Amino acid sequence: MSDLRELYQEVILDHNRKPRNFHALDGANRKAEGYNPLCGDHITVYAKVEDGVIRETAFEGSGCAISKASASMMTTSVAGKTEAEAERLFELFHRMVTRDGGKAEPPADLGKLAVFSGVCEFPARVKCASLAWHTLRAAMKGSAAPVSTE
Amino acid sequence: MRKMEEVRGVSIGRTAPFDVKRVREDFPILGTTVHGKPLVYLDNAATSQKPRAVLDAIRRFYEEECANTHRGVHTLSMRATEDYEGARARVARFIGAAEAREVIFVRGATEAINLVANAFGRGRVKAGDEVLITTMEHHSNIVPWQMLCESTGARLRVAPINDAGELDLDAFETCLNDRTRLVSIVHVSNSLGTINPVREVIALAHARGVPVLLDGAQAVQHLPVDVRALDCDFYVFSGHKIYGPTGIGVLYGKAALLEAMPPWQGGGDMIAWVTFEKTTYNVLPHKFEAGTPHIAGGIGLGAAIDYLGALGLESVSAHENDLLRYATEAVADVPGLRIIGTAREKASVLSFVLGDIHPHDIGTVLDQEGIAIRTGHHCTQPLMQRFGVPATARASFAFYNTREEVDALVAGLRKAREVLA
Repeated sequence: MSDLRELYQEVILDHNRKPRNFHALDGANRKAEGYNPLCGDHITVYAKVEDGVIRETAFEGSGCAISKASASMMTTSVAGKTEAEAERLFELFHRMVTRDGGKAEPPADLGKLAVFSGVCEFPARVKCASLAWHTLRAAMKGSAAPVSTE
Repeated sequence: MRKMEEVRGVSIGRTAPFDVKRVREDFPILGTTVHGKPLVYLDNAATSQKPRAVLDAIRRFYEEECANTHRGVHTLSMRATEDYEGARARVARFIGAAEAREVIFVRGATEAINLVANAFGRGRVKAGDEVLITTMEHHSNIVPWQMLCESTGARLRVAPINDAGELDLDAFETCLNDRTRLVSIVHVSNSLGTINPVREVIALAHARGVPVLLDGAQAVQHLPVDVRALDCDFYVFSGHKIYGPTGIGVLYGKAALLEAMPPWQGGGDMIAWVTFEKTTYNVLPHKFEAGTPHIAGGIGLGAAIDYLGALGLESVSAHENDLLRYATEAVADVPGLRIIGTAREKASVLSFVLGDIHPHDIGTVLDQEGIAIRTGHHCTQPLMQRFGVPATARASFAFYNTREEVDALVAGLRKAREVLA
């Protein structure tokens, strides 16, 4: 039960119930689709980028609590960041959920995203947590082909 | 509780009580724990667990008679050949085939369908022709036909189902026409549990001279299957879903059809005589078994069929039907739970959604309780689209499951609601 509460923290459940920026984005100049072929999760991420700064992001799609909350919190975390800063955030996030770097506390730079630290105890759910981030990265690179977590 | 008693009342009477406790002892894995809890394995439609008899048969092959088949004059090779061919004969008897040479060993149901799509399809299916499937097919009975259609210019048609997940036979009939070259349909749906009216399907297709392939991957372990009584033209299944090893499966085909088909893969064993100018092919079944086969797998499958035969498919299916009824009643009390697939004729599969909770989250909560179910699209994405859900949670039962395990599932679902609400 304690492991489950670590995974499904209240903040995550809240973002699952009321996902932020959960819509298409008018005036978006970046867009990508992501799939998780294992489970059929599907997400579209939109971004408005000006002078290398992410002004706004949003997403649409369907997925589990982890993937939806992760997408929701990603959109609130990267707003106002430069593309390089967003990329750095993704690296820190990915390292945390895959526990690449041992049992260290999540770095302070991750801010609220640290609530996903419990994911590393559930290897089957790492892809759920990282789908939105992979998709955002593809959007930044202007990839035409949908990204896949496989 | 009263409801449970009524269910129990229905189940007893017609068949002798099934000694599930004793049967469970035959499966070493069922005594293990997951996250410190006794394993409750309810993912049998994905793969079944293996009884000791199967594990022993595989081990005996490798320890006592490991050799290649159909080649050597030495003793081990002859023994290996005898046991492998003995397994083929058992499979033939098990499904009621007229002759053992109508049983082709393949990797699994998927490979069997690909074999038919290639060896039967490429010669007979031309531009403008049609292959008819249904909405409830597994990807393995969709994609090989799409690939065939792409390469030939043929068209894939899909017969619809109703909201209960039953094939619409009238609509199916209207999909048949003089361009239909093959009907390929699932016998028991892996996602819904629906048992299709395959006799009617075959009668309708045969009335127009159209051959029928039945995908029996979810059927042979639950229902007695007699390919001659059904009069199907092809029947496919996987060994690992019927308590045998992975990597072995069966294509049954009527001898006349198999004889008329060109080989699919070329190589050793499938030839009679090879020169650089021309090769003549071996006779059935070897024509379709290029290369060294999965000998241990075939022998393991033979042992699985013997094991199942000794239990008796009738008592096995009576126990499984009882579990399905019991589970269907029990989950009805879980708030927000909706069963996907409510066909009148069902086998062993309980697919459902639980309010707004995504099936993956249910799967994770249950896993912490030691309960294994499948969550996702079950390789039937078009079917999920038909029901307007991205995924379902699926509990699927085998004869070694118990009512106590169903109770554990229901308790786990209540917990999932608590954790995720």
